[in-house]
Amino acid sequence: MTAHDLWLLSPELSVAGLAVLVIIVDLIIDKKTPLIWLAAIGLLVPLGLTLGLWFNTPETEIGVFGTVTADRFALFFHFLLIGTTGAVIIAGATYSKKFVGFQGEFLTLVLLSVSGMMLLVASRDVITAYVALELSALPAAALAAFLRTDRSLEAGLKFLLLSALSSAVLLYGLVYLYGATGTTDISGMLEAINGMTADGGRAFGSSAIMLGVVMVVAGFGFKMAMAPFQMWVPDVYEGAPTPVVAFLSIASKSAAFAIVLRVLYTALGTEGLAADWSTLIAILAAITMTAGNLLALSQQNIKRMLGYSTVAHAGYLLVGLAAVAGNSDSADFIAGPQGVLFYLVAYAVTNLAVFFAIIAITNKTGSDMISGFAGMARRAPVLSVLLALGLLSLLGIPPTAGFLGKIFVFSAAVDSGLAWLAIIGVINSVVSAFYYLRVVRTMFLDEPESEERVTADIPVWAATLVASAGLLIFGIAPSSLLEFAKDAVFGVIT
Amino acid sequence: MFEGWLSIVVFLPAAAALVIALFLRNDSQIRWFAIGATVLNLILIVITYVDYDRGIGGVQMVDRYQDWIPIDGLRAEFLLGIDGLSAPLVLLTGLLTAVAAFASWRITLRVREYFIWLLVLSTSVLGVFLALDFLLFFIFWEIELIPMFMLISIWGSGRNRYSAMKFVIFTLGGSAFMLIGILALFLSSGVDTFAMVSIPSEGIEGIPDLIAGKDLLIPAGVIWFFLFTAFAVKMPLWPVHSWLPDAHTDAPTAVSIMLAGVLLKMGGYGLLRISVGMFQETKGFQVQDVAWLLATLAVISIIYGAIVTLQQKDLKRLVAFSSVSHMGFVVLGVSSIVGVGGTVTHAGLNGAALQMVTHGTITGLMFLTVGLVYDRAHTRYIPDLGGLALRWPLITISMVIAGLASLGLPGLSGFVAEITVFLGTYEVWPWLTAIGAFGVVLAAGYVLWMMQRTFFGPRNERFQDIEDANFVDMIPVVALVISIVAIGVFPKLVTEIFKVGISELVRI
Repeated sequence: MTAHDLWLLSPELSVAGLAVLVIIVDLIIDKKTPLIWLAAIGLLVPLGLTLGLWFNTPETEIGVFGTVTADRFALFFHFLLIGTTGAVIIAGATYSKKFVGFQGEFLTLVLLSVSGMMLLVASRDVITAYVALELSALPAAALAAFLRTDRSLEAGLKFLLLSALSSAVLLYGLVYLYGATGTTDISGMLEAINGMTADGGRAFGSSAIMLGVVMVVAGFGFKMAMAPFQMWVPDVYEGAPTPVVAFLSIASKSAAFAIVLRVLYTALGTEGLAADWSTLIAILAAITMTAGNLLALSQQNIKRMLGYSTVAHAGYLLVGLAAVAGNSDSADFIAGPQGVLFYLVAYAVTNLAVFFAIIAITNKTGSDMISGFAGMARRAPVLSVLLALGLLSLLGIPPTAGFLGKIFVFSAAVDSGLAWLAIIGVINSVVSAFYYLRVVRTMFLDEPESEERVTADIPVWAATLVASAGLLIFGIAPSSLLEFAKDAVFGVIT
Repeated sequence: MFEGWLSIVVFLPAAAALVIALFLRNDSQIRWFAIGATVLNLILIVITYVDYDRGIGGVQMVDRYQDWIPIDGLRAEFLLGIDGLSAPLVLLTGLLTAVAAFASWRITLRVREYFIWLLVLSTSVLGVFLALDFLLFFIFWEIELIPMFMLISIWGSGRNRYSAMKFVIFTLGGSAFMLIGILALFLSSGVDTFAMVSIPSEGIEGIPDLIAGKDLLIPAGVIWFFLFTAFAVKMPLWPVHSWLPDAHTDAPTAVSIMLAGVLLKMGGYGLLRISVGMFQETKGFQVQDVAWLLATLAVISIIYGAIVTLQQKDLKRLVAFSSVSHMGFVVLGVSSIVGVGGTVTHAGLNGAALQMVTHGTITGLMFLTVGLVYDRAHTRYIPDLGGLALRWPLITISMVIAGLASLGLPGLSGFVAEITVFLGTYEVWPWLTAIGAFGVVLAAGYVLWMMQRTFFGPRNERFQDIEDANFVDMIPVVALVISIVAIGVFPKLVTEIFKVGISELVRI
């Protein structure tokens, strides 16, 4: 490890260090509330280091024997992950009363998990990526079980087992890729594949690479909540603590999409290969969004409904991932990944707003059932409006970020000759109107169970407000975020 | 006009809604404030309308912010502008919003939210007519859904939840296809702009000029059908009309006025501006190729709508179905775009445009009157009514005027529009026009029969003690009656400016 390596890894290391600091302080102090502020404020350190890396790009972005990079793509996701984690920690302050005495462990697990995710998005070697994935998954399983109720334990166990299974599949796929290319380095794979095609043949001299791609996509598909690997999602979402659900649905999913983008677009981004995996992803996208939306229709529990909704959104994101073949110039070529990055941020702010509003409301009502939100517009007007705004953003109604996110990925799809997929996508959006609007209608129309006002603690209230502001700002003035995403995308496109 | 004027026109109602949301708490204060805002907006719109220079024509008062979404692959601008096609529709929207605000006078349930949604609705509709950037147009088109959903489901009656959801799903379904069409147009190589028209003074080259004679990403015919689906749902055209009677029946009066008066016109406007305006010179497919389809669907809508109207027993449902029939005339007029022997007379298109405005005012007045009846009688079931004329002369007079205008009595606005449509389409589709003209006969049937059953006949003791419309009720009625008579006697008020717009639209 040279000083240069340390500098490149400093955001990840500082998050892990913060986790250790929190657990040590936890041993010393009796009152646990300051821990939340320690963790939230402590996250400013990795944030500052990431900013430093962004503005003072090191001469070589690659370090630690070529396994880790601090390119713009990785830094983009560092911002997203740190921001999400900070917001979840602050909003979770309200919720963590449910596990009094264990706030320290809770925060440590969240921070450890996010340090794994940050390493995942920064890795440019598949072995590092695998290790980082495990680092992010194991604390997440513990977090899912944190409520220690039957449902929560079931969620944790399910997450752990399926996560282990998917890791095994992923590892198997990576072995195939290694066997075909002779390297674990992501850029090295591209060179090896280019070497194979130098004689004019297609890269699939053997089917090993395609087999590897299928397994890698399946392995990461678990984290992305992609069908047919989505079975764990609704159960975990229903059982796990709500802040953990928000964390999983945003951070875990973003990190998975980041590494898949990197592997597909960097290692396997040659034209012949891209045509093949793009078809695979397109079909999976169609299945994923259709399954997610149809299953969400009949849900009565709002967290379960959002679980299926997150599957549907994984489908929309996959549409952007599949849109690799722009029809003319290189500007079009980046439209798909750029759309995915914008969509991930839009989805992050939207889902944060939705989950925070749900935390604030259910903390008082104590029920996750949709019927429990009846007449909420009268009991908590502002929170209801913010929750409705978030749901409209998920549905894709302007002027929200969710709307523009969908426009970007669908536009990229139409541009790549995947108009059929875009059509399936828009029809799915229409279907999703049923269940998103049902919640809005319940809040604004139905008679409340009681007239008692529902008030929220300041932290969760403020976090909801900030996330909602974000989803409006990105929906009305998206240009700076798009420039940011464009910069980032050049990190993976060669 | 100064730069930013149209933005003020569009966003004034939304700003008023924001003021209500943040500062006003007292119900009667909110009412007056909302009415004041809509009237002020109407004044601004009238100024805009008068200020539009008919001699020069083209798009005027352009309001442009180029760097809204400046990335490659999706270059959208904030672009507002007014031309001969949109100006009268904007005027109609301003007028009917003010009318709807007055008609909401008696709303007592959740007054603050109600007026917020009504004002937001007004902004979104104005935005649809004034946006000249395709993405911006689509955004306004979609925003309109949410206020309507809320207005129907909270303040509606009957099966309001079902109707509100049905309205949203139909419209979303249509606009989903429209989105793909818009993206395909934009992404076709060499287009790379969302500008819906060319504006030489700004150096903007619009989609109609850019796609002429080019190969598109998706065949032009498919794109046309995608876009047409959205407009057909909105108009509504048979066979995708079934959301309309439900939405109307269950919506509160003011919302019915907005829905029939201006929201349906979004479909007609899209049909003219996009389906006709952009697809006359496309390669491999032109709108002229499907004019027969437009004419056929139009005639089916006219006759089917009229026959179903005849059978209605609910006053509001009756007026709603008559809208299906009347909007059919718009499409019939549009179908004359195919022309005879290579020449297109503009009469059919002018008539179609005028029919939109006249239908807006006439049906607005009808819904307003039905609302006045319902407020007093608490029923809209025709067999329960009857003999209202003696008791409520003012309401009866306004319904008589609306009804006569609706069946096309000369001197009122409906006549001018329908006769222009027939003049334009007779040469092109003699048989279909003849069948369509029969719709006017049916209209006379259902209007007169409805009035006879509802307002005339023996005195009805049930409503003995209930007062006729008062002064506030009559303000919007008088405004609409004036506009109906004015257009009927002096159609040039509207047609002159439409002619400018239509002549720029027709490219062949």
